[in-house]
Order: sequence, then structure tokens, then C-alpha cells
Amino acid sequence: MSLDKDQVQHIAMLARLRLADDEFAETVDKLSRIVDFVDQLSQAATKDVAPMAHPLNESQRLRPDRVTEADARDHIQKNAPSVANGMYLVPKVIE
Amino acid sequence: MPQELHLQSLTELAAGLERGEFSSLELTEALLTRIESFDPSLNALITVTADAALAAATRADARRASGDAGALNGVPIVHKDIFCTRGVLTTCGSRMLENFVSPYDATVVERLDAAGAIVLGKTNMDEFAMGSSNETSYFGPVRNPWNVECSPGGSSGGSAAAVAARLAPAATGTDTGGSIRQPAALTGTVGLKPTYGRVSRYGMIAFASSLDQAGVITRSAVDAALLLGVMAGFDERDSTSIERPVPDYLAGITGSLDGLKVGIVRQHFDAGLDERCALAIREALAVLEDQGAKLIEVDLPNIDLSVPTYYVVAPAECSSNLSRFDGVRFGHRADDPEDLMDLYCRSRGEGFGAEVKRRIMTGTYVLSAGYYDAYYLQAQKVRQLIAEDFTKAFADVDVIAGPTSPTPAFRLGDKTDDPITMYLNDIYTIGANLAGLPGLSTPCGFVDGLPVGLHLVGPHFGEETLLRCAHQYQQQTDWHVACPETYR
Repeated sequence: MSLDKDQVQHIAMLARLRLADDEFAETVDKLSRIVDFVDQLSQAATKDVAPMAHPLNESQRLRPDRVTEADARDHIQKNAPSVANGMYLVPKVIE
Repeated sequence: MPQELHLQSLTELAAGLERGEFSSLELTEALLTRIESFDPSLNALITVTADAALAAATRADARRASGDAGALNGVPIVHKDIFCTRGVLTTCGSRMLENFVSPYDATVVERLDAAGAIVLGKTNMDEFAMGSSNETSYFGPVRNPWNVECSPGGSSGGSAAAVAARLAPAATGTDTGGSIRQPAALTGTVGLKPTYGRVSRYGMIAFASSLDQAGVITRSAVDAALLLGVMAGFDERDSTSIERPVPDYLAGITGSLDGLKVGIVRQHFDAGLDERCALAIREALAVLEDQGAKLIEVDLPNIDLSVPTYYVVAPAECSSNLSRFDGVRFGHRADDPEDLMDLYCRSRGEGFGAEVKRRIMTGTYVLSAGYYDAYYLQAQKVRQLIAEDFTKAFADVDVIAGPTSPTPAFRLGDKTDDPITMYLNDIYTIGANLAGLPGLSTPCGFVDGLPVGLHLVGPHFGEETLLRCAHQYQQQTDWHVACPETYR
């Protein structure tokens, strides 16, 4: 196994994912297989190769910094799990 | 007696509506009836928008009567459930978005709507487009119309199955590593992934933004040309959309293949390819030769690294894109969270399926401190090498031809134990995504009663050549008109 249980636990925490106990062993096994598989990239000779930034070598367009969208808060918040007075509700973060 | 409506192609239906042979309402009703009878056994659609479709068909008939009909006026299609559709459930095949009603339309949806197309529903797909078999969908796997024990491929499996079973004449799809072309190959349909930036990604739920591209699944190259012409073009709302005029794809399609240089990649015929599929591909290449094309061997020395490259780049982008699902603004939220961290972790843990979680974690790992250079940066360098290989090859040839998929459709459940086995399904298609190139799959034979696809890849903005090549091939063969018996 290229990854151990503690590493996978750490990755899951970084990714903000809670894994159920019955998912955990399988995740360690499958993630290890994926990491082993992509490890073959280390053999490629890439000295002096520039990493790709865009498949067509285009640069990102910029636009003038102007407000173009109308307010659609109420419409958009229809999909929110919990709102009050136009604000998103989350568990208390400050004691 | 005119051919039954469901057997007619997109182009034939558009022409029939134009001539007034039938109304959009009749056509829409006929296809909705088929969906009702056949979809329970295929599971190709997550949402059927019957009432909205009938209302839209009535409006299309009215527009026709007043002489105000667009290119696709009154023609029904289906959208992959990755495209945001205003006021309609948009799930992306995930529990995370099980109840998400999109507040806006994707550009693709808007353009097809403006051309008069009718939306019959939203098609099933691998969760967040991550999969090659449709088995990662929260809404259950799609079944292949050629054999319901088999997968239709993925991730646009619902779109491909719907078109193959004649539930709709055409469908939209998206392709990040082969998700249009592989299901098209496995269901005997035509799948076109355009050049990166050709079709707007606005409103298309992001998986891997440097690889994702919207395209079409149809029953012929002509239909793909018609649909792409409507969907393609610059969109200022997509920051990677390319400002470049859209050619008349239909006009170029009838040109001859005389002198067309077709590249063959030796590695594409190595051990991984089913021998019977290889035979079908070689016969297809001979048909192109008979039409005047010249076959030329080309070398893509780094192509064997395309799958591992993809499985670093795509998960890295996915881990970043899917961080927006936090259980706060939209999407699944866990019950009774203890604190904010618990809210994030449980909402995401419950909302995402196993494959999506694996890819997020793979991406998180390859981007994490201490591993970034070894994995992510190295993969982007190898990606550059793969792209340069294609550039060199296209100095000598107009198109590269080979298999779309190493095998015909496999049985549901056969490849779910080992992620790598599943990933290798896309071995022939992933290169085009890494390099941003257009690719097309067209039916070219059968193995054990299951369709085989011929894969064509072109240089950037080479869609016209791909469509011409596929169209001329389809003039000499009838694989693309074959229909599974149950759905005739």
C-alpha cells in the first residue's frame, strides 16, 4: 500500500470529507492503487518542459470591472438548505 | 407511408416539420409516449419534462404558423443532467444536487432553446461526469439498448442510450476524458467532442475545467453538424470561450475524402485492444482508403502516459471545483451538525458517492504540500509533451483514426472493483482532452451484437474535417442506421 490509514485520514480531513467506517478500508486500498498507477509519470523525461497552462495556449480574457448582474438573491437562495433574512444559516462558529 | 417519427433523424424531423408533414406537438407526444414505455427498463432519463415539452411544442407550432421558425424549431432533444436548466431539476447524477432546481440556463440550453428545440428531459450520467459506465450515478445505472445487461458507457450514458433507443433524435453531452465518444461507441451512435473553447461551458457543472467540453450525441454526422452549428460560438460568460467565427458545418460535410491524410497510431492497436474490434477498425480504415484517403503511420511517443496524466490533472481540478459544495449555499446538508466542520464533512461525505470522493481525495493529495511538484506539476509537463506529439503528427496528417474504446460494451458490474480497469476504458480518447483537440466517434461494426466505434481526432478547430470524414464513411456504410430490435 502506497498510502496508509493515517495519510488517508489526513487527506479526507483536507478535503472536508467524512468517510463512514465501512468505506474507509476500501478507500485506502483504491486510493493506493490510483497513486501507484499515476506514479509512472515520474519516469517521464520532463527537464526543460514548460507545464501546460491552457490546452490552446490562450490567455484568460479580462473584462471591465463593472456590475452587470442584477440582484437575484431571493431567487438564488431558494436552493439554500437554511436561510433567514437573506442570510445563510450555519452552526454557531463563535462562542 | 412515411417512416415512423421516432426512426427519423434530427435532420429528417426538422425537414418534416418544415414541410408541415406533422406538428411538433404530434412529434413530442410520440416521443414522450416512447419514453414512458421504454425508459423504465433503460433508466436513461433522470427527469422527464413532459408538461413543459408539450407547452413548448405548442408554441413552436405557433411560431411555425407565423413564419418565425429557427433551425431546430419544434424538434425534441434531451440534455445531459450536467447542464443547468432554469426551473428544472439539475442533479449532475448526484445525491448532492438531488433537489437542486437551477436558477438559470446554461448557454448551450439557451442557444438550443433560441433555435426552437424542445427539451424532453434530462439524461442520467455518472455522478459529476466521473465514470465510464454510468454506474456511479446516484440514480442507478443506465442500461445499454443493445443489451440491457451491459453498460452504455459513460459518463454521458443516458444521452447515448436515449439516442440509441430512439427516445430522442439527439442529445447534448459533455466530454472530459471520453464521456461523449465512449458511450457513443458503446451504443452505436455518433458522438462529437469539439475543440476546447468551441462550445461555451457556462452553466455546465464543472468537473475538470481545462478538459471539459460540451458536445453532441446523434445518429449521423449530418445531425451532429446541424446541432453543433447551433451550440458553438463565442460566449463572454465563459472565460475560456474562443472568439472565432463558427463555420457552416453542414456546407463542408459533402466534400470528398480524396487525398485526405489519415494518421494511424501504432500504440492504438497494441495488446489492450479487443482483436475483433481491431478487425472492425481496420475494415473501416479500408473504406476510407477506398474513398481516396491515404493512411499514414504517425507516432505519438508519449500517448501511453495519457491516462496517468489525466488521473492527476482531472482529480486536481475536480477537488478544487467541487469544494463549492459545502452544505451551506445549495446542495445536500447533513442533519443536526455539531459545528461548521461537522457540517462540511458530513454534508460532503453523505452527498458525494464513492468514486467522486476518491477523485476529490486523489486531487487533494496531488495538490498537497510536498506532493504538488512530483504529481501535479509533472503531469502538466507530460501533458505538454502529449500535446506537442499531436502538433507534430498534425503537420503530416489531417486526421488521426483508430478505435474509440478497447472493447465493446461490458457487463454492468464487471469493472467496478478496480478503478484502474475502469480508467483504462478511456485510453484512446483522453489524449484529445489533454491537448484540447476535437474528437468524433462513429459506428463501424458489431462484435457479439454490440456496436464498435471508429474514433477520429483532428487538429484544433478541425471539426469540419472530422464531420466530412464521418459523413463520407456513413455514405458507404450503414452501421449508424442500425437500431436495436426492441426499439424499432
